[in-house]
Amino acid sequence: MGTALDIKIKRANKVYHAGEVLSGVVVISSKDSVQHQGVSLTMEGTVNLQLSAKSVGVFEAFYNSVKPIQIINSTIEMVKPGKFPSGKTEIPFEFPLHLKGNKVLYETYHGVFVNIQYTLRCDMKRSLLAKDLTKTCEFIVHSAPQKGKFTPSPVDFTITPETLQNVKEGSQKSGHPCSRPSSVLPGQRQVCRVKRALLPKFLLRGHLNSTNCVITQPLTGELVVESSEAAIRSVELQLVRVETCGCAEGYARDATEIQNIQIADGDVCRGLSVPIYMVFPRLFTCPTLETTNFKVEFEVNIVVLLHPDHLITENFPLKLCRI
Amino acid sequence: MAVFPWHSRNRNYKAEFASCRLEAVPLEFGDYHPLKPITVTESKTKKVNRKGSTSSTSSSSSSSVVDPLSSVLDGTDPLSMFAATADPAALAAAMDSSRRKRDRDDNSVVGSDFEPWTNKRGEILARYTTTEKLSINLFMGSEKGKAGTATLAMSEKVRTRLEELDDFEEGSQKELLNLTQQDYVNRIEELNQSLKDAWASDQKVKALKIVIQCSKLLSDTSVIQFYPSKFVLITDILDTFGKLVYERIFSMCVDSRSVLPDHFSPENANDTAKETCLNWFFKIASIRELIPRFYVEASILKCNKFLSKTGISECLPRLTCMIRGIGDPLVSVYARAYLCRVGMEVAPHLKETLNKNFFDFLLTFKQIHGDTVQNQLVVQGVELPSYLPLYPPAMDWIFQCISYHAPEALLTEMMERCKKLGNNALLLNSVMSAFRAEFIATRSMDFIGMIKECDESGFPKHLLFRSLGLNLALADPPESDRLQILNEAWKVITKLKNPQKREVNTVLADVIKHMTPDRAFEDSYPQLQLIIKKVIAHFHDFSVLFSVEKFLPFLDMFQKESVRVEVCKCIMDAFIKHQQEPTKDPVILNALLHVCKTMHDSVNALTLEDEKRMLSYLINGFIKMVSFGRDFEQQLSFYVESRSMFCNLEPVLVQLIHSVNRLAMETRKVMKGNHSRKTAAFVRACVAYCFITIPSLAGIFTRLNLYLHSGQVALANQCLSQADAFFKAAISLVPEVPKMINIDGKMRPSESFLLEFLCNFFSTLLIVPDHPEHGVLFLVRELLNVIQDYTWEDNSDEKIRIYTCVLHLLSAMSQETYLYHIDKVDSNDSLYGGDSKFLAENNKLCETVMAQILEHLKTLAKDEALKRQSSLGLSFFNSILAHGDLRNNKLNQLSVNLWHLAQRHGCADTRTMVKTLEYIKKQSKQPDMTHLTELALRLPLQTRT
Repeated sequence: MGTALDIKIKRANKVYHAGEVLSGVVVISSKDSVQHQGVSLTMEGTVNLQLSAKSVGVFEAFYNSVKPIQIINSTIEMVKPGKFPSGKTEIPFEFPLHLKGNKVLYETYHGVFVNIQYTLRCDMKRSLLAKDLTKTCEFIVHSAPQKGKFTPSPVDFTITPETLQNVKEGSQKSGHPCSRPSSVLPGQRQVCRVKRALLPKFLLRGHLNSTNCVITQPLTGELVVESSEAAIRSVELQLVRVETCGCAEGYARDATEIQNIQIADGDVCRGLSVPIYMVFPRLFTCPTLETTNFKVEFEVNIVVLLHPDHLITENFPLKLCRI
Repeated sequence: MAVFPWHSRNRNYKAEFASCRLEAVPLEFGDYHPLKPITVTESKTKKVNRKGSTSSTSSSSSSSVVDPLSSVLDGTDPLSMFAATADPAALAAAMDSSRRKRDRDDNSVVGSDFEPWTNKRGEILARYTTTEKLSINLFMGSEKGKAGTATLAMSEKVRTRLEELDDFEEGSQKELLNLTQQDYVNRIEELNQSLKDAWASDQKVKALKIVIQCSKLLSDTSVIQFYPSKFVLITDILDTFGKLVYERIFSMCVDSRSVLPDHFSPENANDTAKETCLNWFFKIASIRELIPRFYVEASILKCNKFLSKTGISECLPRLTCMIRGIGDPLVSVYARAYLCRVGMEVAPHLKETLNKNFFDFLLTFKQIHGDTVQNQLVVQGVELPSYLPLYPPAMDWIFQCISYHAPEALLTEMMERCKKLGNNALLLNSVMSAFRAEFIATRSMDFIGMIKECDESGFPKHLLFRSLGLNLALADPPESDRLQILNEAWKVITKLKNPQKREVNTVLADVIKHMTPDRAFEDSYPQLQLIIKKVIAHFHDFSVLFSVEKFLPFLDMFQKESVRVEVCKCIMDAFIKHQQEPTKDPVILNALLHVCKTMHDSVNALTLEDEKRMLSYLINGFIKMVSFGRDFEQQLSFYVESRSMFCNLEPVLVQLIHSVNRLAMETRKVMKGNHSRKTAAFVRACVAYCFITIPSLAGIFTRLNLYLHSGQVALANQCLSQADAFFKAAISLVPEVPKMINIDGKMRPSESFLLEFLCNFFSTLLIVPDHPEHGVLFLVRELLNVIQDYTWEDNSDEKIRIYTCVLHLLSAMSQETYLYHIDKVDSNDSLYGGDSKFLAENNKLCETVMAQILEHLKTLAKDEALKRQSSLGLSFFNSILAHGDLRNNKLNQLSVNLWHLAQRHGCADTRTMVKTLEYIKKQSKQPDMTHLTELALRLPLQTRT
């Protein structure tokens, strides 16, 4: 048979904003003519929330998964039942992205516990003999530029053994104690496993150009290793998402890593500034979002690995926005 | 006049020898003897001299001293300059190379005077090699099961990475250990191929994965010596990738509009292309590790053109800063080199980045001497001097990019910055090798100052001077500084006692590289010549010298014949001086044969005699030094080859003949005189060689002497018929001897030479056995006939002197046993055994000769010839006295007559007469000589009236 259904969105980057008109074509291509019981197109936007096992326990997480929140939903019938001729048939469509009431068109975001996703689904109903054909296609929504002037908020920081919190006061002997934490709780400076007295001396200075970030612009800054007794193995930027899901029992807050970008490899030159530079990945980041039901926030950790096995992190909450 | 019969005296040579011999007093070891010290030094001198020391005694007695006259010829003489013609092959090659260069120009954005990376590529691959085992660690591959339980932690890591890199469907760690260098190269080539395959089959993600994994290899500095080569190999893959991505995005643009122009603006690119492009950049921006992220982004730098006009100019500084994060100085400098390379390709006008790279590099330079690097070197067992040379390829490239069309001020600033860093040798070297020669040349004194201040650890100073020298060869320093430059450089160069082969090779390679473009060498022959001289002066072992790869290519640069011959002369001169032992090293032989051939081929009709002599002397020196030991056949074939090569130089041919003769005699010595069938054949081959070579010579006496000499050798080797042939050839040549011959430019009568030769010949003829098919003494007869027919000078007695000698010969031949023999050759004495017929024949000959002599004496009875008559008479008398049997009355009477004849006209020297008489009296006291007493009484002494 070989009937293919495809949705082509007009914009190559598939990015639309609230108030715009999502347009495109549905393409039906077949060698023979196709009998069908109607073709419909559905646009849907939902927020999926999931409670993490860590916060509420495995079973609860399984059963108590929060109901998805629907943002937008509309269906149109494109073609009445009939027959498509053989070859390629293109059916144009348009969806105005208008919202009713006080609903907000959140920006597309793919997270772990929070997912905001917009899809177009095209269904072709067919007779009993042939299976129905379905094609889904995601499109991306960018929230409208935030009002108000964007003000950069630079941060200077200095890291020395003295500034560290969470230094463990006893030495450990276990085989691999310092596995890299997949996330570090916000607002803490910490170092793994060693007494403060045993820590090698070091002095790191740096600054972030702004913790208020424009999502399309990279995170920038500088880091200078002024001195370090121990050789540096690596310096990394860890982008962390902090997702909070509210529900009846309270709320669950989880931090997970989005990406880890190494900015220094090996024992870098002392006194020479190393650039801090990170592009915010698309889909996995969105402007910082706070709603009644859920929150999506971002943080960045500067992770310094020293020889032989010291790990130092410095945490900075970020505020992402789109202008 | 009556015919006088000849009766030769019977001689007891042994007794005579015993009676004549001085009593030998053995010299005690410590005794003084005037000749002793000389003999001692003689034996030593050869060694001492050849070692190159110059003690006065040795140089005076050695044969290899350079002819002082040859120095006159050092300059190119005008005649040979005329003779120099352009070599068509070389011309064609030059044209070819220029064409190739033009092709290359079309490809590159930058001008042709910018040396492209491709030039450096091969060089680096050839230079940075290793014998150590390498390993490739790739976190991918198709075999999923390969990652065992032991690498569980690894595969976990892999998984996280796979998440980052989105949908990497197949993932496992693949570590290839113990690869040899070749395996490694092959593996990388495979990866390159699989990248292309993946791309072609639309597996873009897999392609990206391959590229990421490859560039990750660049962060691995184990087996550090190989790093530069690894860089080259892997950046090849990156280049492929960059090209593929660019072309694909470009083709996406082509779809919509007809064709995109080469210099398109971002507006011309369609959205799909932009989106794809953006996707790549986002994907790359999320690569976890720094080094792969850097390399992959740099490789697709060109794609920024699709996104925005300023994309590249924004990207380059960012990437430059990014390199600061690379801790290992070697890795970072190569990263910089790659960025510069990509930058030059994509946006040659963006100079700022290049400069930034340079300054950043200077800032991180101190890391080389930091602990981390030092520890690493210790672990790998690499010394600093072999570590530092890993930097220049990258540094040179960066410097070259920067200095390309750079304003003077920038270069000055760069130099100042370098200076601040304590004049590090490594930096200085790259500065000198990359900056414009004119720039360096005008500041050469500054540079020398800096070089002097450098500390020598790690990077030898002479290499710095070499770099400086290379620049000076291309551009002239200010006139006023030149002498000082030379002085300073010389101080260091002289310290270089043992130049190493590798270093010399690099020097030469560099020179070649600098001189080859545009045939620059044509303008600097004197300098190049000087280089050759220096090299030769330091290399006394020629097998090492010729194994310096670039030496012969270097020689090839001398394309003007006169210069080339000069250089060849220098080489041969050095060879003769320094080669201590005969050699059979094929490398030396091939190279030197080539050199000699070059010299020989320069000889033409206009070549001066002196020049020819000089060349011959040098070539002979070489031939004498070739020895294949006991492999005589090889030796002979070498001589055959040499003959065909050097046929225009007579002295060389002479030398060859002598060498072959010597070879024959060596063979005889080895066989202790008893030739086997094989050696006999070989010796005959030697003889044949001589026989056919001699006629090609021009000098008549050369030919005669060689015939005689070769005949003697043939005889000694029991090649009787061959010996006969030589002697016959010599005899038949005698009539051709001209009356006057040219000796050292003056015409001289040839008779005395002929006399000398014939006397020598006679001595040989004594032992030549008669041929059974020819008459008795056929050679002597033939020779006599020739002498008879030869047109002698009118007023000369040479013919008679010769006849006297013949008389001596004949009387020696009539002895029962001859004075000397050749081992294993039966001479006439044993052949005939004193047969009376033979003696009769012999005597008949004597009579004829005597008749001739006497007749001649008669013709001298005229006034003006009386003196000659007297001396001839006396000499004839002496001959009879020595060889004749004076017991024979007739002979006795003849001698008395001759005595009177000698004295007749008062022409004789009284003292000689008195001495002669005294001798006769003394002889008469011997047992069987009593008849002389009587004779003495019959010989009155004429008193002066």
